Amino acid sequence: MKRHTISILMENAAGALSRVAGLFSARAYNIESLSVAPTEDPTVSRLTLVTRGSPEIIEQITKQLNKLVDVIRLIDLNEGSHIERELLMIKLRAIGGEQRDEMMRLVQIFGGRVVDVTESSYIVELVGDSEKLDAFIEAVSPKRILEVVRSGVLGILRGTKALRA
Amino acid sequence: MSQKLRGAEIFVRALIDEGVEFVFGYPGGSVLHIYDELYKQDRLKHILVRHEQGATHAADGYARATGKPGVVLVTSGPGATNCVTGIATAYLDSIPLVVFTGQVPTSLIGNDAFQEVDCIGITRPCVKHNFLVERVEDLAITIKKAFFVAASGRPGPVVVDIPKDVTANSCVYDYPETVEMRSYKPTSKGHPGQIKKAASMLMAAQRPMIYTGGGVVLDNAAAELTRFTRQLGYPITNTLMGLGAYPATDPQFVGMLGMHGTYEANMAMHHCDVLVAIGARFDDRVTGDLAKFCPEAKIIHIDIDPASISKNVRVDLPIVGSVSNVLAELSRHIDAEDFKPVDRASDPWWQQIREWQKLDCLHYDRASKLIKPQFVVETLYKVTNGDAYITSDVGQHQMWAAQFYKFDKPRRWINSGGLGTMGFGLPSAMGVQLAYPESPVACITGEASFVMCMQELSTCRQYSLPIKVVCLNNRYMGMVRQWQEFFYDRRYSHSYMDALPDFVKLAEAFGHVGYRIEYPGDVEGALREAFAAKDRLVFLDFITDQTENVYPMIAAGKGQHEMHLAPSSTSDRELA
Repeated sequence: MKRHTISILMENAAGALSRVAGLFSARAYNIESLSVAPTEDPTVSRLTLVTRGSPEIIEQITKQLNKLVDVIRLIDLNEGSHIERELLMIKLRAIGGEQRDEMMRLVQIFGGRVVDVTESSYIVELVGDSEKLDAFIEAVSPKRILEVVRSGVLGILRGTKALRA
Repeated sequence: MSQKLRGAEIFVRALIDEGVEFVFGYPGGSVLHIYDELYKQDRLKHILVRHEQGATHAADGYARATGKPGVVLVTSGPGATNCVTGIATAYLDSIPLVVFTGQVPTSLIGNDAFQEVDCIGITRPCVKHNFLVERVEDLAITIKKAFFVAASGRPGPVVVDIPKDVTANSCVYDYPETVEMRSYKPTSKGHPGQIKKAASMLMAAQRPMIYTGGGVVLDNAAAELTRFTRQLGYPITNTLMGLGAYPATDPQFVGMLGMHGTYEANMAMHHCDVLVAIGARFDDRVTGDLAKFCPEAKIIHIDIDPASISKNVRVDLPIVGSVSNVLAELSRHIDAEDFKPVDRASDPWWQQIREWQKLDCLHYDRASKLIKPQFVVETLYKVTNGDAYITSDVGQHQMWAAQFYKFDKPRRWINSGGLGTMGFGLPSAMGVQLAYPESPVACITGEASFVMCMQELSTCRQYSLPIKVVCLNNRYMGMVRQWQEFFYDRRYSHSYMDALPDFVKLAEAFGHVGYRIEYPGDVEGALREAFAAKDRLVFLDFITDQTENVYPMIAAGKGQHEMHLAPSSTSDRELA
């Protein structure tokens, strides 16, 4: 059950997202994460989703997605070399000098930034692939975590090859 | 040109410009502006059904018989939800329908307004595509797109949801000749290299088998298929949806395959070394247990839908393209090689097939004092010279119709294969009869299926549709009873219909003619009399043997070679 990141260009039309989501639920495929936003052409949205499945299931998923009338083009990023990024914002309890210092060191090690500070909390912003964000969350004591929000994965092919409408 | 028209008028003009002949519909609040425009013209013929499900099945029957998209017009809310079964029926069999549903005014959408449902959301999983028209300026182009999407590529139903204010607002009308959609580009030409390889594989086969489905009918490729099959001289089988695409009376035809297919078709599938699947989708009712499916075969699959390829069965050589196009190319290659069709008399594979055919798997008791349902279908075939349009409902009668009415032409056999919708038979026959008013149309049905949409008898009266309803009345939901007999120790749980109507009186109450036939000797006479009544719907209530089962049968989860045969033919053993 390999993990695949699929990038989809589709019409920025009402209901297009529900067609993609509906396809997954109707055929009992799972979606691990999903993110969607307009591209430089406001009539086109780019949707990136992460799913898992055998090669046969992934083949069916891409074929069924291609069949949706709103889908213009798609690519399974795992077929080539690509870059993936995800944004994490995490709200941590941070009380007292020792605790706050320790947390700042951890943020520095992971290359994150503190973007909000109160007397008793930090909000940390961290960008990276999903594994790096997982590792950061692992490294923080669960007792300190107040809230976690992740963007879902974005992906892009390396080199000059591009996914365009 | 620059004169502004109201949305309702644009709607009617667009349908006329699209070449629509019939609209099957039922009025209601959200579509009253449109109905007012329909009233003012006589180009579009509106057929008033008695329930919206009937409208979708009638439009579906029209589409299956003619190849043109069927058109439905209903109101919002319950009008739309009543269409869902019919839309799903068309979706599973890839039938082009354009279903227009009224919607509450845009200002009220989302307010739980009177007769509001999220029609786009409800129909999304059972349409090829659907559209919500938010502005009158988008109406004409959306209608154009709807017909284009419904009829092109792998066809299917398209829903267009039109809020009431869109039909009241005005704009300039301009119906485009063609439409381009960057996100929808169906392919038609197959890959030349793959086609060449397929031709070589086929010509080198020792035990070849041609397996074709509804895609051949949908693409009007019967002529190409017949040429291709005769060039090779190979055995051919059709799926339930593909019957008629190759003449059933031709000696190369070995019958339908699948759960209730012939012994010879299923055995030939199981033992073949090269299988070519054409416009067929390896449905579970065809393949049985996938692990045991065609164990020795290299498989070629020709289909217009890439998602059909290797969905259920891994294929060795896929060809994505329109069936007619690919078959014509294959024939060209076979011609170029100067290939001679195999000689059926001497070919060992054909000798083997003849051995299987000797089993006479469709045998039934012809001496019975009770009316055997198979006998009714055989007699119907004889009385209509095999040239009627036959619609059916779902169950045992459907299988007997498929087994015993030998379809020589495509688009003559109209049934709900994928969804298996009881109630489909009568309304779909209305669509067929309207398309071909001079042709004989029979609906082969069972008493349980028939009552699911019997209100359409009233529509048949209103439009004087002389359909012949051939009811194989065994007082049971026969297929349910058959499964309960085989797999549930004869515990006939709720499959017996108590208190059935008197169908003769029922037909008469709707203004038609009804006969009850209880003896085998009366079957042919009744059918002849019914078809002689050219201007009347006749309901023929055949009281048939309650215990008759459909054979052969592959139980769910079994392999194609593991068929139950009728007890009287050879023995009651399971053949393996």
